[in-house]
Amino acid sequence: MEVLEIVKGLISEQLDIDEEQLEMKTTFEDIDADSLDVVELVMALEEEFNLEIADEEVEKIKTIGDIVSYIEKQIA
Amino acid sequence: MTLQGKVALVTGGSRGIGREIALTLARAGAAVAVNYHNNKAAAGEVLGKIENAGGKGLVVQADITVFGECEKMVKAILDHFGRIDILVNNAGIRRDTILALMQEKDWDIVIDTNLKGMFNCCKAILRPLLKQKSGGRIINISSIAGLMGNSGQTNYAAAKGGVIAFTKSLAKELGKRAITVNAIAPGFIETEMTESLPETVKNDLLPHISLGRYGKPQEVAEAVLFLAQGAGYITGSVLSIDGGLSL
Repeated sequence: MEVLEIVKGLISEQLDIDEEQLEMKTTFEDIDADSLDVVELVMALEEEFNLEIADEEVEKIKTIGDIVSYIEKQIA
Repeated sequence: MTLQGKVALVTGGSRGIGREIALTLARAGAAVAVNYHNNKAAAGEVLGKIENAGGKGLVVQADITVFGECEKMVKAILDHFGRIDILVNNAGIRRDTILALMQEKDWDIVIDTNLKGMFNCCKAILRPLLKQKSGGRIINISSIAGLMGNSGQTNYAAAKGGVIAFTKSLAKELGKRAITVNAIAPGFIETEMTESLPETVKNDLLPHISLGRYGKPQEVAEAVLFLAQGAGYITGSVLSIDGGLSL
């Protein structure tokens, strides 16, 4: 499955949002996710992709695209 | 046995107030990880008492001033008990002297242990706590000195005042996850730590304590138990256990 699809699935499950509302350019602000929501999402992604995302990197995450491209770089 | 199935970590759990907290939480049914820094024998004795009473416990060594050691400690608890629900940041030290005579190392070690140690432990348990998605309890032991200041304790009072500000901030951050964060501010409690105070200091204090006596570690532990086992709508609070000394 594409990284984007997995990320969308996890966000939709965690925040109870329709996947169709989620795109690469969607910001976490758009979907009312606070920074702790992002941390929890990162924790789920770390488990899913078996990687570690440093706290400094998490702070830079603003959009779904930011997460997707970070993960794609890590697993490439 | 209202804490049945819950796992608690008590830092500085081998002696003084921490020892009593560890025993009290265990009596209420929690599995208790007893953290110690140097006194392995004392921690072992606490564990023995817990197990003899039919409880579950674990001894975990860590220097809480070092984040990596706190991470390892939490991992050891998760490996052993599979979860963690309650953190009691109790470990603390005193290096009392007036500022005019205080050395930089007296300041650093007290801030590192009493304030940074709490940060380290909270940070280390946070992700496991969030992952469990079942709320949690963080209870930080502050001091009356953190509320009122105390001559000869600029370092200790600054750290303990910091504990209160930290508690309130973290309570705001974690409220939506049903993780409560509260502080307890003990007054003069009879422990090894206060035993070493000069008699004159103790005698001067007594008339200011409304209840007319010093407190017992058990009386602080009861407050911790209260916050740990229910108190679901209390967060960011500072509970004074001081017999009225701060009035």
